[in-house]
Amino acid sequence: MTTVLTPDSPGSSGTPRGSSSGTAAGAITPGAPAPGDTASRPTSTDAPAVRPSSNPAGLPPSDPADREAQALHRSRLGARRRRRNLLWALLLAGPNLVLLLVFVYRPLLQSFYLSTLQWNLGSPVARPVGLGNYVEWFTAPTTGRIVTTTLVFTLATVGGAMVLGLGLALLLNRRLRGRGVARMVAFAPYVLSGFAVGILWLFMFDPRYGLVQELLGWVGVASPQWYTQRPWPLVMIVVVYLWKNLGYVALIYLAGLQSVPQDLKDAAALDGASSARTLRSIVLPLLTPTTFFLVVTMLLASLQSFDIIKAMTQGGPLGSTTTLMYSIYEESFVNGRAGYASAVATVLFLVLLAVTAVQMRFVQRKVHYA
Amino acid sequence: MSAVAPTTTGRPETAPTTPAALAPRAPRTPGTRRRSLQPGGYLALVLATVVLGAPLVWMVLASMKTPAELYTVPLQWLPGSVNLDNYAQAADSIPLGRLLLNSVGITVVGAGLKVALGLTCAYALVFLDFPFKKVVFGLVIATLMIPPQITIIPNYTLVASLGWLNTYQGILVPGLASAFGTFLFRQHFLTLPRSILEAAELDGAGHWRRLWRFVVPMSTPTLAAVALVSVVTEWNDYLWPFLVIDRPDKMTLPVGLTLLQNTDGMTNWGVLLAATVVVTLPILVVFLVLQRRLVAGLTAGAVTG
Repeated sequence: MTTVLTPDSPGSSGTPRGSSSGTAAGAITPGAPAPGDTASRPTSTDAPAVRPSSNPAGLPPSDPADREAQALHRSRLGARRRRRNLLWALLLAGPNLVLLLVFVYRPLLQSFYLSTLQWNLGSPVARPVGLGNYVEWFTAPTTGRIVTTTLVFTLATVGGAMVLGLGLALLLNRRLRGRGVARMVAFAPYVLSGFAVGILWLFMFDPRYGLVQELLGWVGVASPQWYTQRPWPLVMIVVVYLWKNLGYVALIYLAGLQSVPQDLKDAAALDGASSARTLRSIVLPLLTPTTFFLVVTMLLASLQSFDIIKAMTQGGPLGSTTTLMYSIYEESFVNGRAGYASAVATVLFLVLLAVTAVQMRFVQRKVHYA
Repeated sequence: MSAVAPTTTGRPETAPTTPAALAPRAPRTPGTRRRSLQPGGYLALVLATVVLGAPLVWMVLASMKTPAELYTVPLQWLPGSVNLDNYAQAADSIPLGRLLLNSVGITVVGAGLKVALGLTCAYALVFLDFPFKKVVFGLVIATLMIPPQITIIPNYTLVASLGWLNTYQGILVPGLASAFGTFLFRQHFLTLPRSILEAAELDGAGHWRRLWRFVVPMSTPTLAAVALVSVVTEWNDYLWPFLVIDRPDKMTLPVGLTLLQNTDGMTNWGVLLAATVVVTLPILVVFLVLQRRLVAGLTAGAVTG
């Protein structure tokens, strides 16, 4: 994974260079010498012992016996060393590994198992139904709506974040006074609690006393019923999601823009290319790895978003903002249908896995490009 | 990110000098064009800043408004006075002080343990030889691709069966395992000069001392980045604590906001927004003070994966 992901560095400007070279080193260091290490280390500690035995070279019969003794000694030393290393490894890496196994891998497997049960949260009885939950999900009348909502939400948030984020990055990349402040303001929402952001924006969208209806009033537009009238609740959530994540996209793009070689832009300017043409023919192609990384990251984040929806609409009205992720929560913890919810979670997991798989394949190909 | 600032001043002088001798006409054209575009650039910059910053300013202003100031139809922009009644009222409805303490405690302990787990695990992965090292690394890294959502139902039943609902350990323990931190630390450790650690080993320093006396002091930027990212995620975490806790005295701040939303509803915006300020302000302060390190940590994914 490390080696696979390094080639992103065109999108990473000055700072990351150190760490990306580290990645490259990492690919070599642990991979190559690992098998040789156990053999080479003991020899180096034994080195003083080897020399005196080879010095009196006139005694051939002692040689094989000596070597045998040495090998014995070496392996005993190596064994002790290995045992001590193992102990330290258990002590240092053990806790983290145990936590990962208990709270990530165990539930992952258990979730697959639960998805084959008809089982309610907290209920003592569970009935195995095989793939029944999956069949139910695929044939449920609400599934079509949930998938559509998820698609619309995901495409709007990812697409919007990419376009607006690039625009903001281009703006922040210009030598303007105060762009540091603008960058800070743009990034700030990204570090805030999603739930708190949802509450804050619910007030912004208040149809009578909110700031949004006031601004719309300035241009002579009557405020839609943001809370209740479809499709406005979904639009509202998309807007809030964009506001929260825009700064992140812009910052990553900004790093990418700053790694575009100045000579290329100068050369284009010499050839009389307009700035729009330079952007289209030079900057954007060079930003492809960054764009790709951002699309995947945003896709994964967007598919898993929960806090904002919970704070603002609770999936309503009439399920019009219930995404796949939100339906998992609703089925398991509101309706208590844990078995069915596990099946939906597996579906979401497979979707996320597919996105990740595409990323890894594509980025691998990018190695040759970069 | 650090490379961003210095270029601002460096460019304008250096750019024209070198190509001027070779092609006197060329640099002038983009130069004049850039200058003519500046007003538009500034307008866009100010507009973007105002649009993106307005909600936060509006939140703080509204949290200090009386109901009469909030619910008037030509909007009143500024509160009549710095009025903290809404905060007092929020503290009456939910135990705001207790929630703040809970949040701080859980964030500090959680982030601290996460950093320690990531640090030690990465040390073992880089500086120790042990069987199945690659498998262990693979297991750690693969968890980055497992969405936490799929683990929620089984983890919830486990935590419930342990009797950990409505406890701090119930909030903390399931999320402690560090994959991201381990990954970042490992990346950094691989860049450290091996000779220093070998010298330390020859001097008889054991692994424990090598870790704390040599590796940690050489890793402060990464340490800060991982710690800050952990602080932000612990503080903002919502779904898990929301599921595990339903007693107000054990809630974290974002969960308490739900409680307030349910009790006071949308009828009392001033109070709800006062609590929202309490949730967001500490992280905003952390962000403003430690901006560079925090941003470096949060955007590290773009560089490393």
